[in-house]
Amino acid sequence: MVAEPLDPIPLSALQHWCYCPRQCALIHIEQVFAENLYTQRGQALHKRVDDPGFELRDGLRVERALPLFSDSLGLVGKADVVEFLPDGTPYPVEYKHGSRHKRADIAACDDVQLAAQAMCLEEMFGRPVPEGALYYASSRRRRIVAVDQNLRAKTKEAIAGVRNMLAAGVTPPPLADDHCRACSLHDLCQPEALHADAGRAAAFATLFEAED
Amino acid sequence: MQLLNTLYVTLPESYVHLDNNTVRLEVEHETRLRVPLHHLGAVVCFGQVSVSLPLMHRLAEEGVALVLLDANGRFKARLEGAVSGNVLLRQAQYRLAGDSSFAIGVARNCIAGKVRNCRQVLLRGARESKAEDDAAVLARGANDLAASLRALPAAGDLDTLRGIEGEAARQYFAALNYLIRPAAREDFRMDGRTRRPPRDRVNALLSFLYSLLMNDCRSAIEAAGLDPQIGFLHAVRPGRAALALDLMEEFRSFADRLALSLINRGQIGADGFVEREGGAVLLEGDARKAVLVAYQERKQEALTHPLLAETVPFGLLPHVQARLLARTLRGDTDQYLPYLVR
Repeated sequence: MVAEPLDPIPLSALQHWCYCPRQCALIHIEQVFAENLYTQRGQALHKRVDDPGFELRDGLRVERALPLFSDSLGLVGKADVVEFLPDGTPYPVEYKHGSRHKRADIAACDDVQLAAQAMCLEEMFGRPVPEGALYYASSRRRRIVAVDQNLRAKTKEAIAGVRNMLAAGVTPPPLADDHCRACSLHDLCQPEALHADAGRAAAFATLFEAED
Repeated sequence: MQLLNTLYVTLPESYVHLDNNTVRLEVEHETRLRVPLHHLGAVVCFGQVSVSLPLMHRLAEEGVALVLLDANGRFKARLEGAVSGNVLLRQAQYRLAGDSSFAIGVARNCIAGKVRNCRQVLLRGARESKAEDDAAVLARGANDLAASLRALPAAGDLDTLRGIEGEAARQYFAALNYLIRPAAREDFRMDGRTRRPPRDRVNALLSFLYSLLMNDCRSAIEAAGLDPQIGFLHAVRPGRAALALDLMEEFRSFADRLALSLINRGQIGADGFVEREGGAVLLEGDARKAVLVAYQERKQEALTHPLLAETVPFGLLPHVQARLLARTLRGDTDQYLPYLVR
């Protein structure tokens, strides 16, 4: 039997995977989606960058909502903004809500998503993309990200992780830590209810006992 | 999770349509109600109600359920968008429905939830009863249910389980008469559970409440991405939402409690019902409206869920439990734990 090739992985799945593998599975395997304040803010922000088109700004050609893909990495998605430098080098800019001073481990997830965009652009345009930027809406600042070997390796690791998870179709257990508090999928994930603790064990142990 | 309002449209000959971002209800070209769309989680139409096509499109787009019931509250149809989400979940559901040891585990826990929660109704009644005789009957009923509960783990097949459940239900409904305040006992007495059609007022009220609850459980099952027709306790039959019935077991006592308080507080009187030739009894116009309002209010009441970090409005409990059931089917937990009333 020849294994059916998997569909390309959405670029956004990489960011989800880095934040929490279960969140990634809930969205991309279980196909659930819930809005909360954070995702709604994100959508309002993306309304501005989601209209496809291009413009010239400061001598740069700027493409908005540019479809991205990499056949070799098996990725597909869309870039909020890609600026083309005068020499033709693509420069991805990903829009994020929040401030650029967000927690390092969460910022690192944004970096992975940006690096994956850069790697798609390299394949699409056949030239190196050494750098990109994350634009944080609250602080209205860019954070420049170097797409170096270290980040590329991390990105490839995430791609492999997502691909294995999708192929297995198994949803990982909750992290059940402080990632859960701000997570838009908290109520669908039910981390507390699934957390194997004393209360849960007691509930099962006494299910058939009658107490007054 | 946010509990949004359900709009119940009960007026015959009414026309519901979209007016900008609101739902507008008219009867004979006269506006009776306007509700902003973002306040709504579902629109439920009883009997002959006209719904405009633009409203249907908008409801589908916003993920607001549109449910059509007949005049008696029996499910007819639901408007839904594209088949939702998780095919792996449904696949697991079909596979596990055929796995008898798994199925009996879920069925047993569902019944345990029902028996325990019903037992709480009797225990509370026994505690609060002013007449000693009544309290004794209720306490005896609670003991009978305790015996049924303890018999569940040893039941090795579905038929035995259903037998225990049937016996528990018989004892429970026999005791329910003693929870009705003495002055109302003449008008509201039940001789066991009757349905299709109900033969007395208590049964008519219970049937109506169960149909509302059933509809909410079905919605929760569907929202969790499960197939409502494939159950574990209830057998598969064409036209029957077996899994929604499974989920409903643990919540029946909520409907029973609500029925009792409507009767005991005098919110529903004997004149709220009509008896048809031959013995069928049906809940009528204004009384039905009073039940819908009370049910809607009950849905807003906050309860503590033993497994969640926060309180949950009763109206969302079926959703919470449907998701827990889905998690069990997907192997996140080895057993399904029903919601247990404290």
